[in-house]
Amino acid sequence: MAVSKHSYEAVVVGVSAGGLAALAEILPRLDKNMTLPVMIVQHQSNDSDDFLVRYFDRLCRHSVKEAEDKMPVESGTIYFAPVNYHLLVEPDKTLSLSTDARVNYSRPSIDVLFESAADTYTDRIIGIILTGANTDGTTGAARIKKLGGLIIVQDPETAEAEAMPMSVIRHVQVDHILPLNRIGDFVNSLN
Amino acid sequence: MHSARENIKNQQIEIRLLLEAVSLKYGYDFKNYSFAHLKRRLEKRMNLSDMNNFSQMQHRLIYDESFFNLLLLDLSINVTEMFRDPWVYKKIRGTVIPVLKTYPYIKIWHAGCSTGQEVYSMAILLEEEGMKKRAQLYATDFNELILSKAKDGIYPMDVMREYINNYQKSGGKKDFSDYYAADYSHAVIKCSLRDKILFSSHNLVTDGVFGEMNLIFCRNVLIYFNKDLQNRVLKLFHDSLCPGGFLCLGTKESIKFSELSDAFEIVCDQEKIYRKRR
Repeated sequence: MAVSKHSYEAVVVGVSAGGLAALAEILPRLDKNMTLPVMIVQHQSNDSDDFLVRYFDRLCRHSVKEAEDKMPVESGTIYFAPVNYHLLVEPDKTLSLSTDARVNYSRPSIDVLFESAADTYTDRIIGIILTGANTDGTTGAARIKKLGGLIIVQDPETAEAEAMPMSVIRHVQVDHILPLNRIGDFVNSLN
Repeated sequence: MHSARENIKNQQIEIRLLLEAVSLKYGYDFKNYSFAHLKRRLEKRMNLSDMNNFSQMQHRLIYDESFFNLLLLDLSINVTEMFRDPWVYKKIRGTVIPVLKTYPYIKIWHAGCSTGQEVYSMAILLEEEGMKKRAQLYATDFNELILSKAKDGIYPMDVMREYINNYQKSGGKKDFSDYYAADYSHAVIKCSLRDKILFSSHNLVTDGVFGEMNLIFCRNVLIYFNKDLQNRVLKLFHDSLCPGGFLCLGTKESIKFSELSDAFEIVCDQEKIYRKRR
């Protein structure tokens, strides 16, 4: 795969059903030297606690945090949207949270993160859509493409639930469709 | 892709001008709201109203007050529940109430009360702790329409059923239905609870201190503000609290990244309960 010379500043990831296994395949593989911050929306039930954050913090080389309001985005750090809050990126590259109505029946919503991140990073962002059984993320991925960013989609054949990646492939001019086990290394190559 | 970046910058200029126009014309200042959030809500209204850009929207806002009123509702915080995050209320009951009981009279301020669910929750809690008689509750919001809804205290029955669950988890001691009168579709909060609450219009952005409080509740309001405005409002809360007074923020809000972080001590980290240093 040709690696672009383009330089990127951040990665956003949207994932729903089947996400735990998918993220476990990607996040621990990220290179120790990878400096891009990674912001993740994983759909979860409202009574979930911060299990995901603790789990991946143990598993990953990078520091894994739950996003807090007004937290500056730091390089080489992985952020999860808290349960029941939307996560947004501000133009000054800090994180903000909102309890606005659900978007695509979801809070946090992938579209909300992707759209605000697209506005902030324009062509210097990588958006990744993984397994999921709904269509959240399609509008956000379209905005990232429109502003010149890169979209990677998990090959639906390797996804536990194919609806979410399928929807993006159908509606957005995606850059790469990759099997799950190659996404981590590919992101490393873009760093 | 220079044009994309240029476009985003142009949009930011348009939004700033629109906010300036709103401030000049109507006196509401949204300039220090969190930008990403503000843009989302403006975009939504723009699409619903079939407009193409923020400059067009600005023009309409200046000349059409009813359109501004729509936007004002869009920009109000409208997601709230009774006994939201029940474990926080449990902590209030166990940690804050015993301290408040040592005062002969207490004042509690719900800043940004929205449609009133949280202030009624507090009134219930005070009643159960035998403190209602010596407490005054203040509930404020900048939006008069929402404030009048809060004053009415009428909620759909289907959401009340969800609140029952919260109430029980919060350590509620009675039958939740004791606190409202219901017909098929709606519940009205009992008068004896509403009587303890003074509802009034107050804008955290432009208005000042109006009393010395023992406890201030302001949950999931600060997240909509940028860092500067958060600092200003936290300062306002600090000035409005008696020494040793409590501040309760939303569970994902924190004074950690603010200028006031040293002015408060942390009482409960998870529940975001702070106390003004003496």
